[in-house]
Amino acid sequence: MAPLLDVRDLTTQFFTQKGAFAAVDKVSFKVNAGETMALVGESGCGKSVTAASILRLVPDPPGRITGGEIIFEGKDLLSLSMREMRKVRGGRIGMIFQEPMTSLNPVFTIGDQITESLREHRTISRADAERRAIELLDLVRIPDARRQIHNYPHRLSGGMRQRAMIAMALACDPVLLIADEPTTALDVTTQAQILELLDELKRRLGMAILLITHDLGVVAEYAQSVLVMYAGRGVEAAKVEDLFRQPMHPYTRGLLAALPHPDDKVDSEGRPLPLNEISGMVPALDAMPAGCRFEPRCSYAVPACKTADVRLEVLAGGLRSAACLRAAEIDQDQS
Amino acid sequence: MTALFRMTDVVKHFRVERGTVHAVDGVSLEVARGEILGLVGESGCGKSTLARLAVRIYAPDAGRIELDGADITSMGRRELRARRTKMQMIFQDPFASFNPRATAGRIIEEPLIVHARGDAKERKERVRWLMDKVGLPPEAAARYPHEFSGGQRQRIGIARALALAPGLIVCDEPVSALDVSIRAQVINLLMKLRADLDVSYIFISHDLSVVAHMADRIAVMYLGKIVELADRQTLWRAPLHPYTRALMSSIPTAGVGGKRETLPLRNVDPPSPLAPPSGCRFHTRCPHAEAICSAQEPPLRAIGSDKRKVACHLVTEDAGGAAPAWSKLHA
Repeated sequence: MAPLLDVRDLTTQFFTQKGAFAAVDKVSFKVNAGETMALVGESGCGKSVTAASILRLVPDPPGRITGGEIIFEGKDLLSLSMREMRKVRGGRIGMIFQEPMTSLNPVFTIGDQITESLREHRTISRADAERRAIELLDLVRIPDARRQIHNYPHRLSGGMRQRAMIAMALACDPVLLIADEPTTALDVTTQAQILELLDELKRRLGMAILLITHDLGVVAEYAQSVLVMYAGRGVEAAKVEDLFRQPMHPYTRGLLAALPHPDDKVDSEGRPLPLNEISGMVPALDAMPAGCRFEPRCSYAVPACKTADVRLEVLAGGLRSAACLRAAEIDQDQS
Repeated sequence: MTALFRMTDVVKHFRVERGTVHAVDGVSLEVARGEILGLVGESGCGKSTLARLAVRIYAPDAGRIELDGADITSMGRRELRARRTKMQMIFQDPFASFNPRATAGRIIEEPLIVHARGDAKERKERVRWLMDKVGLPPEAAARYPHEFSGGQRQRIGIARALALAPGLIVCDEPVSALDVSIRAQVINLLMKLRADLDVSYIFISHDLSVVAHMADRIAVMYLGKIVELADRQTLWRAPLHPYTRALMSSIPTAGVGGKRETLPLRNVDPPSPLAPPSGCRFHTRCPHAEAICSAQEPPLRAIGSDKRKVACHLVTEDAGGAAPAWSKLHA
């Protein structure tokens, strides 16, 4: 079965005075209907630009999608007019962001904003739209929905605003929800509740979620497949269980080992041993290494890594892939 | 053992237009020399106010604060300035506290100049030593704050805090804005400095996994109160307070095995610190709350033979050790 979303060699460049830089460099991945697919990586890895590219919301100038295809439900989104694209956004594809106040208009009530989104995409009477708005607030478990639709966004807490934004995103029954760091600004207990809610809605409504996050824990608990990104490229793609059981790319391995865990081994004084460090830092956009972009920080690097244009290569019978010259060796080294 | 730092029944309220924020409401804790005390809680729990009280940026409304045997509760500005050499603070965003037109070397040297330590040559020597200690190359001294990455800026902040060789450093979310790979570098650096210099930290974070890695003991705060206090292993393996348990089960864990069960919390929103609930402040969200919980405030009491403390009516002690009353229902 064809995937719901098929991103192929997506390249998004930013044009600055210093030249043109690819913030997203030939990134490919698929999202199947009904699954949660995670794009995970640290700041500057290109995950948010990838999400914005799919929605064609990259500000131009300075950004422009310069290559690749974004096949959604059989159609290349890059071939659509802006007008057609507006129909897709908020229609078949819903979206939520880290900061709900950037998507909620402070001078309109929650109800107004949901009904507006409905009336934009569908022919629906005002009364029906309001009924649907109440239904949606109930769906995201905002208590006392009938009253809350008359409230303004600033009256709600952070968690409730995030719920209101989810309700808005779901208004037109999207088949794909793009969630860009949806819980990063929230406290952990609220984060857990929002992630649970998204997970439940996904099942109930049968939609797919493209989850953009920096948090490997969130990936482990809520996604089924994952693409790890580094410096604008995809470096490892796998089913979630496989990634955590047996990370293959040195970057993924380094990241997992850098996470503190209370069961970490301790020294003779009962103090935990140092965490694994990934030395150095992410290269700047205008100073990307010529070969593998992780090479300067990689403890497995060999001279060939400096020049090789390593891309995701299918491993382990097609179920996973890693963009690393030595992935197969590293894999053997583990098992 | 005498504590390096001690806070007793400290209270700090803020008057705002809509009422009074009960930021810190009767907190007692102590820190031994060379110890890391972790302080964990969610936004609005009062942890940052507590940090500012500890270094006396704020004066408490009530209670007592002691550092190195001296009562600093109501010290005046001049006396405090002399004391500041013994207590320093590092912040989540060190950039905001740097003079953008001063070089890194000058920023690190600043406390030495203010407190008239050594002559210019000795100070330069000290700055070089500090930079080496925090892993900054010597040539970084001539660069300006905007030329550094987040992780390096935090190193500058740490070097500056260490300049006067303080006994206590209050760290307010120092790694929260950093990416995982850089965060590990800074955590390791802080741990190494503690071991090398025998400095104490009050380490504040919303991230229990970071605190549980670093701290010797952990205090969990909720709406201005400490609800549980225990050493790291005990807290992690056998948390007693329902809030600690909710906090722990809310952390998504990177590993195999899928989802952990999330404890249900009764109410979705934490109450406002403007109007903390009666009795136990957690009772509005607690899945186990009984009648007594809304009527009476549970004291923070010692449990068992070890140094752990918990503020919950429902935690009982019997032959089998301390256990929450409800756990027997599910056993």
